[in-house]
Amino acid sequence: MKAHRRQPLYLAFLLHRLSGLGLALFLPLHFYVLGLALGGDAAFDRALHWTSGPLFKFAEFGLVFLLAVHCFGGLRLLALENLPWSNRQKNYAAIAVAASVFVACGFLLRAF
Amino acid sequence: MIEFRLYIAQRLSAAILAPLVLLHLGVMIYAIQGGLSAEEILARTRGSLLWGGIYGLFAIAVAVHAALGLRNILREWARLRGSWLALASWAFFGGLLFAGLRAVAAVVGW
Repeated sequence: MKAHRRQPLYLAFLLHRLSGLGLALFLPLHFYVLGLALGGDAAFDRALHWTSGPLFKFAEFGLVFLLAVHCFGGLRLLALENLPWSNRQKNYAAIAVAASVFVACGFLLRAF
Repeated sequence: MIEFRLYIAQRLSAAILAPLVLLHLGVMIYAIQGGLSAEEILARTRGSLLWGGIYGLFAIAVAVHAALGLRNILREWARLRGSWLALASWAFFGGLLFAGLRAVAAVVGW
């Protein structure tokens, strides 16, 4: 394994990239379901009903986590690049993950 | 030069998206309680200039941001270069922008 890949911040990079990829692949499906509203409320409602099972709730929890971790990880990157902060990258990465877990769990608790 | 411009576009779209995503996370956590229904969602969004504007901007920024992110992945991990890289990125951008704005139009009722 290359040396840089053993760094904790490589994990932060990987998490940011993979969460972004997951979200990019999910978006067309998300837009498709929302677009069903063009065909009337019934078609949209059927799709929403279809996705109301527990398996989907956990999948949605995963998606909310991906969105939150990509958002907080991205804020960490913007802060590192644009604000005069330094040497706290690991803390920001940890805070980003913790905040994402918190948000995603909040979503899951309300979903059931 | 093009790489620098794309980098700036990536960061600018990220700065636009950050508050919108935080808002979206809040809306989702609020909306999910009691289950989701088309009636509930559409009652909030239909005819709303505010939600239409916010989510329209969201759709545009996310199409830029996701296409550029995917371009980075294709370039670095799939080693795609030149016209194929440009074609794939533009195709994803165009498709996502169209689907995103269509979705906004659908829920706002425009």
